[in-house]
Amino acid sequence: MNRRSFLNSAGILSAAAVAVVTFPRMVFAAYSEKIFRVKTNEEALKGAFGSSATTVSDKVKLKAPDIAENGAVVPLEVRTDLEADSIAILIKENPNPCAIMAEIPKGTKGLLKTRCRMGKTTNVTAVVQSGGQLYTASKEVKVTIGGCGG
Amino acid sequence: MSSIRIKAKERNGVVAVKTLMKHKMETGLRKDKKTGKKIPEHWIQNVTAESSGKVVFKAAFNTSISKDPYLAFDFVGKKGDTIKISWIDNKGATDSAETAVR
Repeated sequence: MNRRSFLNSAGILSAAAVAVVTFPRMVFAAYSEKIFRVKTNEEALKGAFGSSATTVSDKVKLKAPDIAENGAVVPLEVRTDLEADSIAILIKENPNPCAIMAEIPKGTKGLLKTRCRMGKTTNVTAVVQSGGQLYTASKEVKVTIGGCGG
Repeated sequence: MSSIRIKAKERNGVVAVKTLMKHKMETGLRKDKKTGKKIPEHWIQNVTAESSGKVVFKAAFNTSISKDPYLAFDFVGKKGDTIKISWIDNKGATDSAETAVR
């Protein structure tokens, strides 16, 4: 093997290695019908992570109000000490449960705060992907006035 | 003026970012009261945050994120770093804003 072909193949190999390493992180970053236009938590998890097997974990903290007076603006916070790759929020009885899917690169903390719409009283689930596993925490939020329009 | 407001503050090596994006986030479920027709959905689909050229946070939104979305996250950084946030909605409109970490 001469030097040039060696360099070429080394370049291709390293490019492939980079693709393999970064690909799993990129999957969830973009909007996808498979995650956001499905009707159940399980379908959304399958669409996002390829599996709906989850473990309830006390390392995932979900902060949500007990009662949301206005379903149009429900403040939600997910916090975790786990080495998170991504964080998602599922709102079970919304027309499409998955509200947000966030990608957490290395160096970014396991924290996600946002405000969601909720149609009616239902369980809110925080999902944290860490080391290929899905960890969750859930809480029921009572909604007095729904916020999905209609 | 940009549709995005960013506050980024460093404390003990961690930058807390809070951002508000002005967008109506139409769900597609609301009806126009006059015509009775549904108002078509129009919402931010993807949000990306970059600091000094490196992606520090990425999120995809559904229509169930509230009007004028609020987003907060923490990343490891320092004072003087730049933080740039950009979004794209389902009609292809985009906006971005950049600020320095305080």
